[in-house]
Amino acid sequence: MPPKINLTKCDGCKAEEEPLCEQVCPGDLMTLNEDGKAMCRDAGDCWDCMCCTKICPQGAIETRLPYQLGYYPAKLIPRVGTNKIMWTCVDINGKVERFVVKTRND
Amino acid sequence: MCADKKLPKTIEDIEVVVHETDFLIIGAGNAGCFAAIEAKRKNPDLKVTLLEKAHIDRSGCLAAGMDAINTYLKKGKTIEDFIKWSRSQAGGLLREDLAIKVAENLNKPVEEWEEWGLPIKKDEDTEEYANRGKWDITIQGESMKPIIAEKVREYGCEVLNRVVATNYLTKDGRVVGAMGFGVRNGKMYVVKAKATCIATGGAAGLYKPYTNDGSGSHHQLWYCPFNTGAGYAMGIRAGAEMTTFEMRWCATRTKDFNGPIDTISVGYGTPMINAKGEKILQKRYADMGGDAAPRFIRANAPMEEWMEGRGPCFVDTREMSDEDIKQMKTDYLNERPSYVLFLAARGQDLKKEPIEIYGNDPYIVGGHTASGYWLNSEDWSTTIPGLFACGDVAGGVPNKFVGGCAAEGLLAARGAVEYIAKLEDDIEIDESQIEAEKERVYAPLFRMINEGEGIKPKEMEERMQRLMDEYAGGVHQFFRMSEEQLQYALKHIKILQDQVKYLVANDLHELMSAHEVIDRLDVAEVLIYHLMYRKETRWPGWQTRTDYPEKNDQEFDCFVNSRKNPETGKIEVFTREYKQIVPGDRLKPN
Ligand SMILES: Cc1cc2nc3c(=O)[nH]c(=O)nc-3n(C[C@H](O)[C@H](O)[C@H](O)COP(=O)(O)OP(=O)(O)OC[C@H]3O[C@@H](n4cnc5c(N)ncnc54)[C@H](O)[C@@H]3O)c2cc1C
Ligand code: SF4
Ligand code: SF4
Repeated sequence: MPPKINLTKCDGCKAEEEPLCEQVCPGDLMTLNEDGKAMCRDAGDCWDCMCCTKICPQGAIETRLPYQLGYYPAKLIPRVGTNKIMWTCVDINGKVERFVVKTRND
Repeated sequence: MCADKKLPKTIEDIEVVVHETDFLIIGAGNAGCFAAIEAKRKNPDLKVTLLEKAHIDRSGCLAAGMDAINTYLKKGKTIEDFIKWSRSQAGGLLREDLAIKVAENLNKPVEEWEEWGLPIKKDEDTEEYANRGKWDITIQGESMKPIIAEKVREYGCEVLNRVVATNYLTKDGRVVGAMGFGVRNGKMYVVKAKATCIATGGAAGLYKPYTNDGSGSHHQLWYCPFNTGAGYAMGIRAGAEMTTFEMRWCATRTKDFNGPIDTISVGYGTPMINAKGEKILQKRYADMGGDAAPRFIRANAPMEEWMEGRGPCFVDTREMSDEDIKQMKTDYLNERPSYVLFLAARGQDLKKEPIEIYGNDPYIVGGHTASGYWLNSEDWSTTIPGLFACGDVAGGVPNKFVGGCAAEGLLAARGAVEYIAKLEDDIEIDESQIEAEKERVYAPLFRMINEGEGIKPKEMEERMQRLMDEYAGGVHQFFRMSEEQLQYALKHIKILQDQVKYLVANDLHELMSAHEVIDRLDVAEVLIYHLMYRKETRWPGWQTRTDYPEKNDQEFDCFVNSRKNPETGKIEVFTREYKQIVPGDRLKPN
């Protein structure tokens, strides 16, 4: 299901040759709208792989599951470091869990 | 949107970019990247080019990462052990000649990946990789795709990102490169190559997923939905011999999310239970090996329970420790992070509520089952000279997974490099095939411009998926099918193939979607022929014929192969003999 874009945070990756979310999406789903902000072309075609969410330098993308699959309002937010990602997960009852995953050998 | 500005308006507007290379690899995924690196190692002077529909950093199965490598030969295990296990898991049918060579090369890519930066857990006492089941090791593979992509660049390979391959270039029955189009710039790409390797992965989206309920979960698939069978389709159209399409990959997945299950069941040894709390494999499949029963049995078990009125089924997480639950979620974050979100969105406490499981929409994936190109075990060449294959698109060897697909990348590259060394002539290409392909590829764009209407790719895709689901043994039919149903599916798939001329595309992304459905139709057609040919049930679940419920070794203990005759357009189906190399009962793991 679609990445939800925070239009205030998204700056369209102005400094990049191509917006980073657009560059990485394995399904060619991310692009910019007429206002130069990120958008997902087709919500239903997203694999929720979270590649766009992880790479966004502004933290402007949140992955949401289709309501058919999961209830509102759960969140899973990555904070990407050099060799690790810190994940924060909040379930529909407000329970918070944190995880650290190593992504590369030091 | 930016893409629209670049749309060609007429066929004359289309810019054709011609590249010349020594070795072309189509698909810069797991297998393709290893093929590229190995070719450069064998001969650094070769020009190696990768053509990739997405971006090499995050494409294909490994886009989100992986949490395990399912096939690694651990200390004390022999190649013979591996073949026996893999053979029995696949119901006794695999290409032993190929599988032995894959096994010989299984560990090298994994160890290299680690050296290049991939974190792999070690057992503190033995310093060996930490176990996850007999053949699996746990990895922290979130970044394994960017890591391998960096290596490909470091070795000096050329990468053409966002170019969708559509057909091979051929010359006198040889493959001499490929054609495609740029999904970002609209240009046509013609890549002439001395040798070509296909590595586009398997085919998802042939069947309707049960999650597809019209409100945004069209791609809630286990397999990568962007691997749409292009490599199979290109081979079929060029007359390559294909094998074992009828061995479909239907598996137990987490219900609704339709995601990987091994993380829980293999990784944490949780038992599969039905609604009554009975341990399904131990209770009903003890004679087939219980928890170690062949993959197709395990895949089908929860579906059988549902049919008998004992669903829903689960993997029982209630006995897991808090640490294990946390660790399991961490594993998922390395492979399908959104599954952790899914559990949160269900507010699910795994100590109280087990994880529900169900079958998936069937895929054609040669890295799991054995569907794909028929290969020569000397050099990983296909039946068309100049064309090699590796990974999920290559046939004959089930249970390859990450390690085996990468190993095949090495094998295919070695074959191709030797082939190139022996070539004498330069390639002259018949320009008319480029013109014909240009017309075929861009037709949906020009139809939209000229006619203003037609069939949208998604509409055709949904029609195909429903047909396959209902008449060719999809998940809604509990994977069952009969001759009459298959005939019906075939009839309508052929109608759809005739209707592709009505496809329309509004932009380059839709043009890619149009070719994805065209390719899937070609794969679906061949699949139906294979399913019709095997008049028996060899792998219940993967291939369940209600009209031939028994296994028939007399006639079908062999490979079912096919070839689309390029002259007649007819799909010819035939058998190839099983050749046993490793002695023993083929249905037994030891
Ligand atoms: C969700 C998931 C979980 C898995 N878990 C495990 C696991 O835990 N352990 C394990 O061992 N295995 C696992 N596997 C299996 C394993 O990842 C695959 O079998 C293997 O990586 C496939 O490698 P490949 O190179 O054949 O395909 P891929 O790596 O998918 O590469 C195919 C490439 O071809 C490109 N491509 C496709 N079509 C075209 C075209 N027309 N033109 C140009 N490029 C194209 C794609 O974009 C992609 O980059 C998993 C697979 C999935 C999907
Ligand atoms: S990566 Fe983030 S900031 Fe850049 S365009 Fe995408 S959403 Fe906007
Ligand atoms: S989650 Fe993955 S598939 Fe979906 S838009 Fe982002 S990058 Fe693309």
